[in-house]
Amino acid sequence: MPTSALPESGLPAPAGPSPARSRTTPRAVLLWTAVALLGAVGWGVLALARGERISAVWLVVAALGSYAIAYRFYSRFIVRRVLKPDDRRATPAERLEDGVDFQPTDRRVLLGHHFAAIAGAGPLVGPVLAAQMGYLPGTLWIVAGVIFAGAVQDMVVLFLSMRRDGTSLGQMARDEIGRAGGAAALIAVFAIMIILLGVLALVVVNALAHSPWGTFSVAMTIPIALFMGLWLHILRPGRVVEASVIGVALLLLAIVGGGWIEKSSLADAFTLSPTTLVFCLIGYGFVASVLPVWMLLAPRDYLSTFMKIGTIALLAVGVVVAAPVLRADSVSDFASSGAGPVFAGALFPFLFITIACGALSGFHSLVASGTTPKLIQKESQVRLIGYGAMLMESFVAIMALIAAATLEPGLYYAMNAPAGLLGTTAESASHAVAGLGFTITPDQLTHAAKAVEEQTLIARSGGAPTLAVGMSEIFSGVFGGTALKAFWYHFAIMFEALFILTTVDAGTRVGRFMLQDMLGNVWKPIGRVNWKPGIWLCSGLVVAAWGYFLHSGATDPLGGINQLFPLFGIANQLLAAVALTVCTTVLIKSGRLRWAWVTGVPLAWVVAITFTAGWQKIFSDDPRIGFFAQRTRYSDALDAGQVLPPAKTLDDMHTVVTNSTVDGVLIALFLLLVAVVIGNAAVVCVRAVRSPVPLPTTEAPYTESRIDVPEQAAEPLVGARP
Amino acid sequence: MSMPRWARAVRWYLRELTGEAEYDRYCERHRRHHPLAPVPTRREYEALRTLHRETHPQSRCC
Repeated sequence: MPTSALPESGLPAPAGPSPARSRTTPRAVLLWTAVALLGAVGWGVLALARGERISAVWLVVAALGSYAIAYRFYSRFIVRRVLKPDDRRATPAERLEDGVDFQPTDRRVLLGHHFAAIAGAGPLVGPVLAAQMGYLPGTLWIVAGVIFAGAVQDMVVLFLSMRRDGTSLGQMARDEIGRAGGAAALIAVFAIMIILLGVLALVVVNALAHSPWGTFSVAMTIPIALFMGLWLHILRPGRVVEASVIGVALLLLAIVGGGWIEKSSLADAFTLSPTTLVFCLIGYGFVASVLPVWMLLAPRDYLSTFMKIGTIALLAVGVVVAAPVLRADSVSDFASSGAGPVFAGALFPFLFITIACGALSGFHSLVASGTTPKLIQKESQVRLIGYGAMLMESFVAIMALIAAATLEPGLYYAMNAPAGLLGTTAESASHAVAGLGFTITPDQLTHAAKAVEEQTLIARSGGAPTLAVGMSEIFSGVFGGTALKAFWYHFAIMFEALFILTTVDAGTRVGRFMLQDMLGNVWKPIGRVNWKPGIWLCSGLVVAAWGYFLHSGATDPLGGINQLFPLFGIANQLLAAVALTVCTTVLIKSGRLRWAWVTGVPLAWVVAITFTAGWQKIFSDDPRIGFFAQRTRYSDALDAGQVLPPAKTLDDMHTVVTNSTVDGVLIALFLLLVAVVIGNAAVVCVRAVRSPVPLPTTEAPYTESRIDVPEQAAEPLVGARP
Repeated sequence: MSMPRWARAVRWYLRELTGEAEYDRYCERHRRHHPLAPVPTRREYEALRTLHRETHPQSRCC
């Protein structure tokens, strides 16, 4: 790996850290050799364990070792050779400081901000679903994906946006690629966000359906947030820390209270069907997006951040202390057969789109080109904040995978296969799981549900309940024993629902602004941010759009997660393709063709997986994979007056036909939009390579920095390792 | 590090992370730029900040 400290001849000396400072000492060599060895031992154990159950600690060791090496060597290489940040150059936070949007922020604080903004339910859901292929493929992709693609994307987008005064990804696509590419990127971003919100809300619906405990405690987050809002707005303005402490305490009380409700006569009032929950969420989403932010959105955001950091730390401690064994196969038969019940399709490409967040997530590029670039104090800090935060998210994904892989496979499939396959009774589910090649007795299934005080665990797909059962196993092994299992289960459900509802609030609002902006071009008044009817109309449209997907997912006879999750994964990864296209184009335009592979190779990979997956979803003859093949199968049967299982009525048949048509058309539309962006970018790149002088880019001009960060060493390594 | 130092560090981090400390910075900046104008009260500042959040939604990832 080219990590030599000396600049190569013909190239300007790398800016920032001077070669003298990065002199390698024998101690450092020894330390990094040890880290590399430890990581290698972890991988070795994972690779060589066959037929025996190994401890999850080896997964943690392998992942952390790899992250440390990647951060120390690969991210440093990218920073020094490719991006070349210059700490003498003033960042937009310094030049444009206004105390509001632009503000030089301590890097450790900004790392926390950025991490809280990028990490949510995504890295918890994808790996759980992907566990159907075994823990090894998922782990390999999460670790390799983050090192070579995900963290690189986040860091490079952050750097480019920072050099452009914090412009958004859509704007960068427009400026650096062209009008067609920019417009396609903008529409793609909007459409992808709608799908994302719909699928995430579906995870909440699947977690709360027929669960009075979960429904009560999640419902209580609304009055708690309102109370915190009042506290912060009226009683004691701005005292966020104390309000959050009170909020978290109330939240824990709400989880305990859910247990009382479940045993009381109120239980029926909180036992809701998926369809009822869908309408509750749609109503909630609309109200939350038009209420003033101080009432609901802001306090919820604080709660969610505290819970996020606390729970993730707790999970890390739990995994290391409890050291659970991995019960799933390292590589399951579904990896090659593609006949898995959780999601259909073979390992390539479907594993890589099922695990998006945690390995490579396009959505991060929106955060990395949003608030964060406006707060960076020194250019070289993009390494800690962009690359480092993403490594931390990846570690969250690894822990989610561990939680899922520690479950008995029989239970895992009984929870994650579609309801149509499993039926509704413990006997039918046990039978169906046996058909998949795993065993769980009806008694075990009933007992598992009783242990977490749920009516049933059958067909609770969506990832959240599985993760919650896994977490409750791990936590109860460390804190409180089996008596607290139900508490930990609902704690996990609550914290995932909290993340997701925060994302839904914020996403609906962002979507509304985008829509107002777009429609404002057609009819001026709608673009005005203070015109109430415009706000209501646009909020309503955004909520209706994701609500449609939520409803169709919750009522889909084939299983909403099974149908929609690939759509979500493809959409998210296509957004990553757009972001990496922008990065690669800028690298080439700014005369760094030699290093364009740094973002070009991940781009090629993500294009390969998304277009292969998209192609299969559209053109596959297998009705389990191809949306149109599925449509044909069901509409033919419908013409013949037949009802194909798992559909039960003719209405179900119509639903399947409609849903598969919509999903298929959407995937085609996404692929088309991204192809336009990439095509346009390719033209620009060829022009840039042929041009004798560098093409103009929109980088802000150099201004000398006047702030010093004395405690910052040339290499921001302190606290960097996740 | 001793206990009080730890507690101070944790408090500092939480105040910075939640934005509670932003008011102090804002006041300091305000005095620098407009030495004669009165500094807004905490309540006034929070109203300004809320208004800003209202019009600048931040997307959260999944």
